[in-house]
Amino acid sequence: MTRQMTGAKIVVQALKDQGVDTVFGYPGGAVLPIYDEIFQQNDIRHILVRHEQGATHAAEGYARATGKPGVVLVTSGPGATNAVTGLTDALMDSIPIVVLTGQVPTFMIGSDAFQEADTVGITRPCTKHNWLVKDTDELSGVIHEAFHVAISGRPGPVLIDIPKDVQFANGSYSDPKPAASHYHPQVKGDMAEIEKLADAIASAKRPVFYTGGGVINSGPAASQLLRELVDATDFPITSTLMGLGCYPASGKNWLGMLGMHGLYEANMAMHDCDLMINIGARFDDRITGRIDAFSPKSLKAHIDIDPSSINKVIRVDIPILGDVAHVLEDLLKVWKAKGRKTNKEAVQKWWGQIKDWRAVDCLAFTQKGKTIKPQYALARLEELTKDMDRYICTEVGQHQMWAAQYLGFEDPNRWMTSGGLGTMGYGTPASIGVQVAHPDALVINVAGEASWLMNMQEMGTAVQYRLPVKQFIMNNERLGMVRQWQELLHGERYSHSWSEALPDFVKLAEAFGAKGIMCDNADDLDEAIKEMLAYDGPVIFDCLVEKHENCFPMIPSGKAHNEMLLGEADTQGVIDAKGSVLV
Amino acid sequence: MSPLKIKKGSSSHSAYNLRPTFSDVQERHTLAVMVDNEAGVLARVIGLFSGRGYNIESLTVAEVDHEGHLSRITIVTTGTPQVIEQIKAQLGRIVPVHEVHDLTVEGPSVERELALFKVAGDGDKRIEALRLAEIFRANVVDSTLNSFVFEITGAPDKIDAFADLMRPLGLQEVARTGVAALARGAE
Repeated sequence: MTRQMTGAKIVVQALKDQGVDTVFGYPGGAVLPIYDEIFQQNDIRHILVRHEQGATHAAEGYARATGKPGVVLVTSGPGATNAVTGLTDALMDSIPIVVLTGQVPTFMIGSDAFQEADTVGITRPCTKHNWLVKDTDELSGVIHEAFHVAISGRPGPVLIDIPKDVQFANGSYSDPKPAASHYHPQVKGDMAEIEKLADAIASAKRPVFYTGGGVINSGPAASQLLRELVDATDFPITSTLMGLGCYPASGKNWLGMLGMHGLYEANMAMHDCDLMINIGARFDDRITGRIDAFSPKSLKAHIDIDPSSINKVIRVDIPILGDVAHVLEDLLKVWKAKGRKTNKEAVQKWWGQIKDWRAVDCLAFTQKGKTIKPQYALARLEELTKDMDRYICTEVGQHQMWAAQYLGFEDPNRWMTSGGLGTMGYGTPASIGVQVAHPDALVINVAGEASWLMNMQEMGTAVQYRLPVKQFIMNNERLGMVRQWQELLHGERYSHSWSEALPDFVKLAEAFGAKGIMCDNADDLDEAIKEMLAYDGPVIFDCLVEKHENCFPMIPSGKAHNEMLLGEADTQGVIDAKGSVLV
Repeated sequence: MSPLKIKKGSSSHSAYNLRPTFSDVQERHTLAVMVDNEAGVLARVIGLFSGRGYNIESLTVAEVDHEGHLSRITIVTTGTPQVIEQIKAQLGRIVPVHEVHDLTVEGPSVERELALFKVAGDGDKRIEALRLAEIFRANVVDSTLNSFVFEITGAPDKIDAFADLMRPLGLQEVARTGVAALARGAE
């Protein structure tokens, strides 16, 4: 069915037909017609952010907490360029967001008009796809296609650039037609490879599941099937930062996170295994460490929906191109039909080995005296919130790794962190997006004070929309991870890695109209956290922690999984010149 | 902690030398990529090559299906087998890309390139240039009393050979189209 309406109306109608209930945005000259349409309806809620980067991260938080694409509406020029970091972040972490940008009128494009930027040119490398719509008749089709592209295959950000005259002009509106697109990535895995994997599962002596964000992106069914597979095989399972929650942290087969700051038992299992089953992860450099020493003795299977992820970094023996849920369903069927076989005796022995590694207790720490250890702060936060309907966001740095180590995730879509791009300033706007999606849930942003300052303006958004986000800032007055690397790699020359002239966070909270809490004493921490949880509104929690704590375990750059540093005593002279050029 | 001793401009300490090399052999592949003929599609393909550090030896593009709005991009690239596989996978996931064919491995194929050569000279050199052009089946498409423009079609190495011969005979300018290629046979 086609109807005539203005481009601006088409935008709003298309969003409604795509099931959009929330848009994060910021108005400006080139999107005024669309804002005028938003003003005249009540189906779509607009959340006014304080900076366009905040809009993109809020949309990412919304998308990750709901499984639906997040939507952003910003103006041309600076509005679009401010969205670039969020687009890149979403591309790296495979988060579906749809960004609508205004553009100068078609007849002024190329004239260096006021607030003109080559938005599709700038965002081409940081979107999955983007469009400049020059004809109002094509607008609805492009918007529907954009949603399809954002969520199909490996999800990612898309952008639609809409010149102002296209918003004013009349055009025909078409309803969504999913078959209209030629873009349909393969979701079913190759049965021959799945058979091979089932046979490998049957004979493996030292198997490990290595899971990632692809399990979460595949939807709740994928996590369900994964749990079934893990329980049925009794194989150990680890996950990347992005995949936390796909298997419950309380599950008996859980090894904890792997990688640069992953758990000892997880990394040792990866190094010594004879069958590695990668499900929706991409052999990122934070995971592999030194590549020529990565899991040298294992047969490697890799399930991924993106063909470019397979054999990109690590050569695999059983590549399976497909969607995690589809492949796991087939794998379970095939494996069950073959008699549900595993090498129980050998796997039992493997668990014995893992038990020895677990006994190292790599996350142990000692809380002595009144100064709060950051690990202790998170352990207490975990203890006091683990049974709540809880969502955790983070910024980027030491606190992010500690959060991944010390907080437990029982379900997918509960953990929002900037993994691939490592965007400081991600957490505050992301927590706003999550809270918008789940108004009654507990949403905590675990932050460091330096990261938090990067998008602190979004506290205004939290207060305006009464979003009771809890900003749990672990304040060491340092750029902790930078400081740690300078200590290990740059002769303890702490170049510009401390936070001077910090604001008084309690007063800052009050200035925003939020609640501020400061805690600098381990004895008072529980009460202070409880006060934060009890407050019905946004809170900035300034938790003053030990200033020179380093994040361990750590695989130094250029080293293998079995060369982990477990604590301060291991750190002398461990990173050679080769390793030190790696980030 | 030992100080860093990395020579300026040295790549021996780059992150990439820690990668295993599945094979060091540099291979030359001709890829045919069918794409929607829409604004920016060529920029996407070129941006992929520059952004990820792949080589382009030659690239040609033109619309081949006017009704279907499809263009064919022919890319000649070099890289290790692993890099070539990555290039194909990366091309394949660009949304307006319909098909990626590696003509170098998908069976026999024909490659042709068209080139124009401007050769200026007098006397024996002029006669020799014309004689060699005949041997190479190059056509004269423009002539003055002391110059020729030759048009030559062939595989890239034939054109290279012709260029080598023309250089001492007064070669002034060359324009090459880049490679167009098709698989042999009915399919």
